[in-house]
Amino acid sequence: MLVQFYNVSKIYPNGVKALDDISLKIDRGEFLFLMGPSGAGKSTLVKMLFREELPTRGQIFLASRSIVRMKRGDVPRLRRNIGIVFQDFKLLENKTVYENIAFAMEVVGTSSREIKERVMEVINMVGLKGKENSFPGELSGGEQQRVGIARALANRPLLLIADEPTGNLDIDTSHEIMELLFDINRIGTTVIMATHARELVKPAGKRVLMLDKGRIVADNPPGELVL
Amino acid sequence: MRPGSIIYFLREAFKSLSRNRLLSIATISTVAISILILGFAVLLTINAGALMQDLESDVEIVAFLDKKLTKSQITDIKQDLTAVSGVKSVKFVSREQALAKMQEKYGGNEYNLKETLGKNPLPHSYEIKADDPHNVPQIAGQVSKIDGIYKVNYGQGVVERLFKVTRWVRIVSIVFIVLLVFAAVFLIATTIRLAIFARRKEIYLMKLIGSTDWFIRWPFFIEGVFMGAVGGLIAILILAAGYSSLIGHMDTMFFIPLVTSPKILRNIYIGLLVCGATLGVLGTWVSLNRFLDV
Ligand SMILES: Nc1ncnc2c1ncn2[C@@H]1O[C@H](COP(=O)(O)OP(=O)(O)O)[C@@H](O)[C@H]1O
Ligand SMILES: [Mg+2]
Repeated sequence: MLVQFYNVSKIYPNGVKALDDISLKIDRGEFLFLMGPSGAGKSTLVKMLFREELPTRGQIFLASRSIVRMKRGDVPRLRRNIGIVFQDFKLLENKTVYENIAFAMEVVGTSSREIKERVMEVINMVGLKGKENSFPGELSGGEQQRVGIARALANRPLLLIADEPTGNLDIDTSHEIMELLFDINRIGTTVIMATHARELVKPAGKRVLMLDKGRIVADNPPGELVL
Repeated sequence: MRPGSIIYFLREAFKSLSRNRLLSIATISTVAISILILGFAVLLTINAGALMQDLESDVEIVAFLDKKLTKSQITDIKQDLTAVSGVKSVKFVSREQALAKMQEKYGGNEYNLKETLGKNPLPHSYEIKADDPHNVPQIAGQVSKIDGIYKVNYGQGVVERLFKVTRWVRIVSIVFIVLLVFAAVFLIATTIRLAIFARRKEIYLMKLIGSTDWFIRWPFFIEGVFMGAVGGLIAILILAAGYSSLIGHMDTMFFIPLVTSPKILRNIYIGLLVCGATLGVLGTWVSLNRFLDV
């Protein structure tokens, strides 16, 4: 098991109950859609995996290590095992494509020789060969998200988390990004993707966890039809 | 820390300095002004301290001797005085010397004291200095108990008031300097916070990618030390130029003895430079921690 949630609840300081008694297991190599309407608790759930938020109750494990009981000093190591893809890309505008990806490796202390090799590798992987010296402002939305995905992959994470990665993209570009995420999953990375876009989830034939008002309302195994 | 990281930290620090040039200049100016005010206060305090020490060291005990004492009795008394604990020096002043001093002080060349008075009314005396002027009243009490001494004078009343004043001046100036340091940290932290705020998204991203707090801090600290030291240096140059021209003018204008020892001044200036660099780091520390809490 890569991820385990046991009776996890989250109540924000303002009293909003974002998650209500969530229990769930995710295997290594799985592709999981986290689906539900806006406000269902999808972002809250994924934020707990990289410990941006702590649960109010319950336990969470990543690769059998408790995220809740983890010391503050161990959080960087946890996060290095997780790649995060954001809806708004979060690219640094004053850095080139190459520098944006290298940045993710520099800040965890990777040697420059290793960075050079790996950055070109992930740039090829996401199909941005030839764009390495472009600035984010010179790229289309889809290309920018590819940079975001490349950056998330740079440190070879166990788990890739994408929170509404297609939220700012048109439907054709969204399908292209989905194909890229499926490819990444196919070569061994576990992927969790939160989305409210039914039209992307339906044809994929992957496992779908449905959230509503902080509760799991359905957990459809891969291949089953989503309503 | 790997050597590769050090190069990375230095590069990041100076990239950020030149990228946020306006904020860097603002921070350096803030440090310079803070250190200038602080340095001014320190020089003032040091000089006030020297002046007070000067006044205090002038405090001495005069022990007047009985009129009918033999030479050997007078010598014995000197030994008794030297034996009192806390006494630094004992100096004999004959009645003739005392009169001559008085003539010099009050008579001048206008009229002759001895002729006016008819005869010398003054007794022999001992002038006693204490290791620590603050112990003078207590030593005076012990001296007055010695046989053959009929009166002890040390400026009773005035001396106690002098010590009270100097103590308060010292306390007030230390409190003032401490307050200044706090104000400077706050001011500098506020300026640095602007620079860090401009990069909050980058810091947040670094945290989510798995950067350690120290890895994020180092470039900011290097930047803080650099800006603090440059600001301090500017302040010291202004301060040193101002003070040395003041020394030049004061010599000819006033009797106030200014501290001119190059060693003391050098230590003050080095201290202020270290203070500037420390303020830079402290300001960075205070501002940065909030953004690392992700
Ligand atoms: N930091 C926060 N403080 C308070 N309430 C929050 C916070 N983040 C999210 N919420 C609330 O928690 C609920 C779930 O939000 P979220 O996890 O973002 O849902 P989703 O990603 O599915 O849209 C919402 O009602 C939202 O308003
Ligand atoms: Mg969300």
